[in-house]
Amino acid sequence: MATAPTEIKVTPEIAAEHGLTAQEYARVKQILGREPNITELGIFSVMWSEHCSYKSSKVHLKRLPTRGKLVVQGPGENAGVVDIGDGLVAAFKIESHNHPSYVEPFQGATTGVGGILRDIFTMGARPVAVLDSLRFGPITAGKGVSEEEAAKNRRILDGVIRGVAHYGNCFGVPTVGGEVAFEPCYSQNPLVNALALGIARKEDIFFAKARGTGNPVIYVGAKTGRDGIHGASLLASAEFTEESQQKRPNVQVGDPFMEKLLLEACLEAMQTGSVVAIQDMGAAGLTCSTTEMASRGGTGIEIDLAKVPQRESGMTPYEIMLSESQERMLLVAEDGREREVLDVFKKWGLDAVVVGEVTDGGLLRVRDRGKLAAEIPAHPLAEGPVYQRPIGQPPRRNETAVDWFRFSAEDTNLTENFAKLLGSPAIASKRWITEQYDTSVRTNTLAGPGASDAAVIRIKDPQTGAVKRALALATDGNGRWCELNPRVGAMHAVAEAARNVAASGARPMAATNCLNFGSPEKPAVMWQFSEAIDGLTVACNELGTPITGGNVSFYNETLGKSIYPTPVIGVLGILEDASRVLKIGFREEGNVIVLLDGSTSVAGAQHAAPLQGTQQEFSSSEYSKTIAGIVAGEPPAIDLGAEKRLQECLVSLASSQSVRSAHDVSDGGIAVTLAESCFAAVSQGATAQLGAKVNLPHDSSPAEYALFGERGARAIVSVAPSSLAAVLETARQCGVPVQQIGQVIRGGAFRIEYKGRAVIDSSVAKLHDTWAHSLERTLKAS
Amino acid sequence: MKFGVVVFPGSNCDHDAFYAISNILKKPVEFIWHQSQDLANCDAIILPGGFAYGDYLRTGAIARFSPVMKSVSKFANSGGMVLGVCNGFQILLEAGLLPGAMMRNSGLRFICRHVHIRVEQTDTPFTNAASNGQILKIPIAHSDGNYTCDEATLAELERNRQVIFRYTTPDGTDDAAGNPNGSIANIAGICNRERNVAGLMPHPERAVESALDSADGLVIFRSMVEALVGAAKATA
Repeated sequence: MATAPTEIKVTPEIAAEHGLTAQEYARVKQILGREPNITELGIFSVMWSEHCSYKSSKVHLKRLPTRGKLVVQGPGENAGVVDIGDGLVAAFKIESHNHPSYVEPFQGATTGVGGILRDIFTMGARPVAVLDSLRFGPITAGKGVSEEEAAKNRRILDGVIRGVAHYGNCFGVPTVGGEVAFEPCYSQNPLVNALALGIARKEDIFFAKARGTGNPVIYVGAKTGRDGIHGASLLASAEFTEESQQKRPNVQVGDPFMEKLLLEACLEAMQTGSVVAIQDMGAAGLTCSTTEMASRGGTGIEIDLAKVPQRESGMTPYEIMLSESQERMLLVAEDGREREVLDVFKKWGLDAVVVGEVTDGGLLRVRDRGKLAAEIPAHPLAEGPVYQRPIGQPPRRNETAVDWFRFSAEDTNLTENFAKLLGSPAIASKRWITEQYDTSVRTNTLAGPGASDAAVIRIKDPQTGAVKRALALATDGNGRWCELNPRVGAMHAVAEAARNVAASGARPMAATNCLNFGSPEKPAVMWQFSEAIDGLTVACNELGTPITGGNVSFYNETLGKSIYPTPVIGVLGILEDASRVLKIGFREEGNVIVLLDGSTSVAGAQHAAPLQGTQQEFSSSEYSKTIAGIVAGEPPAIDLGAEKRLQECLVSLASSQSVRSAHDVSDGGIAVTLAESCFAAVSQGATAQLGAKVNLPHDSSPAEYALFGERGARAIVSVAPSSLAAVLETARQCGVPVQQIGQVIRGGAFRIEYKGRAVIDSSVAKLHDTWAHSLERTLKAS
Repeated sequence: MKFGVVVFPGSNCDHDAFYAISNILKKPVEFIWHQSQDLANCDAIILPGGFAYGDYLRTGAIARFSPVMKSVSKFANSGGMVLGVCNGFQILLEAGLLPGAMMRNSGLRFICRHVHIRVEQTDTPFTNAASNGQILKIPIAHSDGNYTCDEATLAELERNRQVIFRYTTPDGTDDAAGNPNGSIANIAGICNRERNVAGLMPHPERAVESALDSADGLVIFRSMVEALVGAAKATA
């Protein structure tokens, strides 16, 4: 193919600058049977970037369980789809936008939310909820954290929160949940993972497979500009250096108003019956959407760039093909019916232009005013390289008892430490953040942030508005635990997300994952990745939650230092009766507080672990980190059978309406669980301030372990005395050991006894003040 | 009796208002497209919440120029019942159908939570089914809900009893403490002097079922239905 005289001649050096290795460049030449021109090189470089090609993760992702009888669509499409009954399906997926959110927090977060929303409505589903899983560096100065660093982290957090809020609020989708955690490793590399959920009728689901030779290819939405060239693809495919801040122009800019119009127009166009396939233009924009649609459909696509709506003049084919301008879609219409599609977009005031057609022969052919600008076989371009990266287990940490948490003396009053734990950013109320999100638009939110262990959204029939079922969603992922043991940590992520869903009364049915890791070029990181995949595989199989999609985010490193390996798991569950949602707040004085403790060995609590094992486990807890500054040891051992039994028990208790509240035991242990159930009481319908009087079952373990230990498979429920026998019977049938540990009391006392001694003795009001306002006080100070 | 819900590009509470009227109130309702000047013989018009035209320039500033607003103004000026919720309230202010203006919330952030408002006047078509002083728990969700006006306008609003909802605490005792956004005189909603046009920042359409934590917003829609029934009888 002739090269234009003004065009840059591609050399191996230029290929290297584009991030292609010598072998990859050789493969490009082999596929083409010649040297690529600069546009083709650009196309290969973004399609084969880590972000778009999954070249380092593919071999491992294959091991994940992706099938189930409710799974309609697994990984490989824009989002996973599951059957939720009565002819309806749910589309859901989680995705990362980490690097852009560090470079430009507000726009990075908005475009993260925008991207995942497009993935959902591309499938034909109307988005009904967004959740965000966020990780930041420490926001208060302290050991090893300067005030300057803390202030910077507060600014990043503020920008990200505003960005998430702005996009969802304007678009009109409720942001109903997620989590926020803080660790020093995220200081230079925050994590912004956004999950979106949509609902559609099963027959209305759309796929991104270009079919039918001669069918028109239509470009719709915002105009193409020079923004975001190499944005998501390259920002997310290399580690950060000091110069990364200069990549701000590579971050895309989001426009939720445009996206809202695009949503309505796309759904309306799909209803005309003239749309064959549709895909959003996300990372690698026009390149990725044309290539993937052709590759999936086993066809080719030919487009002419002169027809592409452009925001500025003089753009080269390279720039147009690589632009990551937001709020754009590519669709294939039935030949002869393109007018129907164009009319819908005209009604919504959006650009829609036929830019090309589906061809046979499998080529991606790009013309510029008729002149050939690129010609590449679509399938090998979409497939990309596959790497079996070297895996190397890092040397075992050489820890002994001196590295571990040392328990306080038996007679220590732990109230003060408890208050400190409640006020720590990880545990404290996130209300200051979540109130900036519109949580109630679309009038489906049955449990918004913090009301239940999972966010719960009722399902309105898209045609009649009738309500029968509800969906529950929770995200989880403890990076600290995955750092200490990636396999067990990943299992906990699945178990906790599923447990949260079950504690809202819903049956866990499927999962989506966002795998945030360091550089895949480091054997130790690949070992973490492989271990995490194994952990996810075991846990998802055991808990019946196949993975239906998600994304991998590598190169989360700054100046050579990786983040904690952080797989974030979103679990979706279904409640057969939308009126039976379980919330966390205690409801009535005199209710019995019951601990469902699947983690107790069959022989009972008397056989505690030896002290060293207890110490080792406790050193990975939130309490150990907050109070002693120690992060060491091992995550708690996990018993997936016990998790499964506990979840079945919770779902059964919800459906029989025999418990008044349910809250799982997680970060901060039983003490935090109990306190949060007291805090939520009044806002969840209790007529008076309620407190708790609890006597924890004791063994030889220290009080701190009993109060703040984070073993899984546990939940606390409150039960009216008249239902107690039924609850105990249900638990017995499910094989979950139970203990009555106390009572909900009127007035504000909060008292926990252990081994006959009050270890926490305070008032709900006092504890609540610390918990409710500490985040706000910290963030307002900046 | 028929309700009309206007759909601007960027409206996002249009479906919620529609749902409240069709599925909860069980009254006829239809959408009215912003480019239409035909109000389809509706007896009451709702301007829903959202970000009409992206709220570029200023909230409601572009929406007021849309074709449908010409008809809405004519309808309002001839005594037709018009309710603006949140962004709809902002549009009514920009269109000059209600007095005053909106500023950014005093905290400079978007706020979404349940607030409490007190019904200050019951002789309007939007509040006639409520009792005087009744406290309603209704969610807000906005960045620009800090209502303001000059002193003369405020005096006139008070003199003509046009302030129909004020923010307050759950027990109705401390209005200042219940004010979420800095609005002057704790104003959450007002009507025009003729009492046929009203706007409020809280979202009554989000508070129509106990499953959504509150059904207090229903009283506003029920008032509208009663007023329409009364008007129909009067002309019969």
